[in-house]
Parts: sequence; structure tokens; C-alpha cells
Amino acid sequence: MGMTMSQKILAAHAGLDSVAAGQLISAKLDIVLGNDITTPVAVNEFKKAGFDKVFDKDKVAIVLDHFVPNKDIKAAEQSKTCREFACSHCISHFYDVGKMGIEHALLPEQGVVTAGDCIIGADSHTCTYGALGAFSTGVGSTDMAAGMATGTAWFKVPSAIKFNLTGKLPSNCSGKDVILTIIGRIGVDGALYKSMEFTGEGVRGLSMDDRLCICNMAVEAGAKNGIFPVDDVTLAYLKGRSEREPVVYEADADAVYESVVDVDLSAVTPTVACPHLPDNTRPASELHDVGVDQVVIGSCTNGRLEDMEAAWRILKGKQVAKGLRCIIIPATMQILRECVERGWYTDFIDAGAVVSTPTCGPCLGGYMGILAAGERCIATTNRNFVGRMGHVDSEVYLASPQTAAASALTGYITEYKEA
Amino acid sequence: MNTKGKAFRYPDNVDTDVIIPARYLNTSDARELALHCMEDIDSEFVNRVQPGDVIVAGWNFGCGSSREHAPLVIKTCGTGCVIAKSFARIFYRNAINIGLPILECEQAAQEIEAGHEVAVDFDTGIITDVTTGKSYQAQPFPPFIQNIIKSGGLLNSLREGSAND
Repeated sequence: MGMTMSQKILAAHAGLDSVAAGQLISAKLDIVLGNDITTPVAVNEFKKAGFDKVFDKDKVAIVLDHFVPNKDIKAAEQSKTCREFACSHCISHFYDVGKMGIEHALLPEQGVVTAGDCIIGADSHTCTYGALGAFSTGVGSTDMAAGMATGTAWFKVPSAIKFNLTGKLPSNCSGKDVILTIIGRIGVDGALYKSMEFTGEGVRGLSMDDRLCICNMAVEAGAKNGIFPVDDVTLAYLKGRSEREPVVYEADADAVYESVVDVDLSAVTPTVACPHLPDNTRPASELHDVGVDQVVIGSCTNGRLEDMEAAWRILKGKQVAKGLRCIIIPATMQILRECVERGWYTDFIDAGAVVSTPTCGPCLGGYMGILAAGERCIATTNRNFVGRMGHVDSEVYLASPQTAAASALTGYITEYKEA
Repeated sequence: MNTKGKAFRYPDNVDTDVIIPARYLNTSDARELALHCMEDIDSEFVNRVQPGDVIVAGWNFGCGSSREHAPLVIKTCGTGCVIAKSFARIFYRNAINIGLPILECEQAAQEIEAGHEVAVDFDTGIITDVTTGKSYQAQPFPPFIQNIIKSGGLLNSLREGSAND
């Protein structure tokens, strides 16, 4: 019986010729990731269990990104725990303030993750790296501790849903509109425990930033992982970047899928997920009566260079609406630097926006843009649960950078229309 | 292994942000975090929960973040078990890894009402609504996962050589 792309990567890492959905396997890991919230818990478990060294100092990545630069004393203590662990174990992929970025933008950018990898990360959005043709999934801190100690993890081999992409996205839409459209169709548990395998002739028209954004939100449909085939776009992105040689896997022609979902990219429209679930989607054009107090453009979902460019094209030479706060957060130092060099940073400031150093910050209600009771934000982030960005009586609407930037100019939810 | 207590009922898609809001995650001290368990969906939960009590919920319990702090605060509050129609996969994995008993049982999750007395036998997977006298059979765990649970979590089972072998 044929295997899906995810199953082929898992089989190879388990040292097996083939695997089938439902099978329990132990797989070798290429990267084990943690951040400043999940790593301290993992470090504690690692020590408590009596482990004294990591399986491979080059295959553990620790990124301080959620609450850094440290938002308060407790956060500073957590960063310190990560820093001391990374130092004492000579972790080569340790990213502190000055070098850090939001983990899921940073690791692909720095070439730490690559095609064919099997990756776990103690962060739910670890599924992002499927965009590069890797099997990558989120786990908790105890799994991270076990992964750091043994270099392996147990998996139940997932079945898959195939998403057959056709056509080309309209110019006012991006990967965010694609994934919000899909989650709106299948629901927040529509892919529970499964792989979301994206394929079809529509893939080649999607940029790497679009693909990273689409795989990033696979977990918002309950999926174990999202994955794209490796093509010329992938290989061009990995060239000169990937630390290890990419390995290309393809789904078998007779691979078995639980279901096939057809997505016509040319029919996608600017889409917004309304409170309080990512599957509560509506066309942006139907939400003009929703006024917003704050706009956030950033996060592991949409803090990449193309997202910054989309926001800049809309905001340059304009003014954000009176009484509205517009917060822009480039996801890595390299992206921030590009914003400075290209003059976008100045244009953002002139438009009345603020620009932060990289951080997850407001996305999870940490800091750098917390909402008061009754306030409303349109954000390019990934979750709009109750209290996600602040007070339990605040609201988050999820959208693309284009929709968020267009809304920043009007003060209400607005789809971007090219002039 | 078993638990007995009263039921707290919650809807579908209870997410990790309402189980333990991220604004408190600047610490990993379980007892400190447990003071905020379920705060954004039921601010009275921590005042009312007694050791052995049971959370009963709908589909996709624990969706969202990978934070292991979520099952940890539920366990630290003294909750004996979570019964749901289904669990989000990272929450499911984390609960097993840290030793919080969870059971998937659609009918029990549908029928058990808030405040009912519930008894759960983890060895057999039998859930009893003591108030109504009705019993339910939950999905059993595969032997591999039972081994992790019996060892007291993933890291203990690794030491014993029963996982990842």
C-alpha cells in the first residue's frame, strides 16, 4: 500500500521500509526545539529524570522569543534558565536577544531545518516547517526533554487529508487567506490527529512565505502536521541556506488519503476569522461594521519579509486611522534589518505605526499590545480564543497582512483593493 | 487506579488559553499556575474543585498551544480525570506524559450533567454516573500508552526502557 509524504519521512526516520496509519513507531529526530516558555519545564524534567547530556548539541534548538526582551522579572528568570542550560550543554542553535527571532520564522531563515527532516518542537506551531517538505510537529515540554535526551520520539503514524490546490491567488490575497478559508471549511478539529498534505498545480504559484504561513496554521485545524511537496521554489529557498543536505520525499502515487479537499486558489477572497475560534470565518467585505482599536502585523504566522512588504505597500505615505494603534513586529532580526535598509521602517513610523523588535508578545497576550476590556484588534496572528490578547472581554479578528494594513487606515475591517 | 468526585461541565473546543492564560506563563511553578486553572472560562473553578473531581467536556478539549502547563494545572488542582468526546492531539500527548488521566467517551461526555457524582475505573475504562446509576465504557488506551501511564509518565518509562525501544 502506498504511503503519504509524511508517512515516508516517518518510515525513513524509524528505519522501516513502510509504515501504515495508526502504527506506533519510534523515529530519529533531526531537530528538537524549545522556547523560553516551554524549555524551562523541559529542563526541569530533563534534570529530574537524571539525564546529564543532550543526544547531539547541534540538533537541539532553543529560541527565546515569547517574552523577550524580558517583559518582567519572572520572564527574566525563565530566560536565564534557558541560557544556562544552553551554555552548559554547548547548544549550537541557541538564539538570545540580538540574534533571536520568532522561532518558526528564524529556523527556516537560518537553514536549521530542511527538507526531509523529522522535527519536534515544544511549541504548537512547529508544524510550520512542513512548508520545506519536512515532517514537523508540536509536542509538550516532557516530549522535548525526552527528545533532547534520546534523539527519538514516539509517534502514532497519521492518516492524511489531501488538499488539491488549483489556480492562482488573486493579488489581494495571500497564504493566510488560503489557510483561513480551509479552516473555515473543515473546522478547528477537521484534521484532528491527521496530516494536511497540500498538493496540486496551484502549489507552484505559492511563495515560500505563503507556504510557511499555510503550514503554520495546520494545528488550528487540529492537524499533527502540514506538508508541501518539494519543488523549485523550495530548493531555491534552501540553496545556500540549509545547513544539512535536503532530502526530497514524494507521496506514492497510490498513497491512501482519508479524504481529498479541492481548493480553487483563484476563488479565495480576503478572509477574516471572527471571535472566538479560527474556523469562524467570514469574507472581510462583510465586516465593514466592525471597528477596531488595534492592528497587529507580525507573529510566526505573518511576520516574514513578504508580510512586511504587503503592509508597507498599503501604509506608505498614508496615516493610520485616528485613535487606532498599529503595531508592526518583524519576526527576525534579519527581517527587521531589511525593513530598516529598504526604508520601510521610516515609512511605518511616518504612517503613525510603531515597530517592535522580534517577539511573540501580543499574539498570546504576553506584552507589547495587550487589549483592555471591550477592545477589538485585527491581527495577522493565529488564534482568537477568549482572552488570547488580553482581557477576557476583548476580541481578536484574524486576517492577512493586507487586510490588517487596510483596516489600520480606515479603523474598521477593510479588504484591500488595489488602486 | 480510580477517581470519584463531582462533574464540572464545559463545551466543545476548550482551548489551552482558557485552561491557563499565557499571561501567567512567566513562571513554570505548577502550584502558582494552578491558582488560575480554567480562569478565563470559569473563574469559580479553582474555588469549587475538590480532589477527585472530574471535568466533562465536548469535542477537541485542549486545542491550541502546546503548553504542558495546561494538563499540569488541571492535575495540580486535584482534578481526578478529564472525560471528553475528543482531545486535541498535543494536549492528549502531554496529559499522558505528565500522568493526568484522560478518557475519550462520547456518550458519557454527552450525558453526564454538571454536579453529578462520577466514578471512574481507569483499569477497565468504566465511567459510572453515580447520580443516575448509568455506566459507560471509554476507549481503552493502546498497550504502548498504558505502559507510559503505568510507569508514571514518559521519562520514567524511558528509564525503565518501556518506551522508544
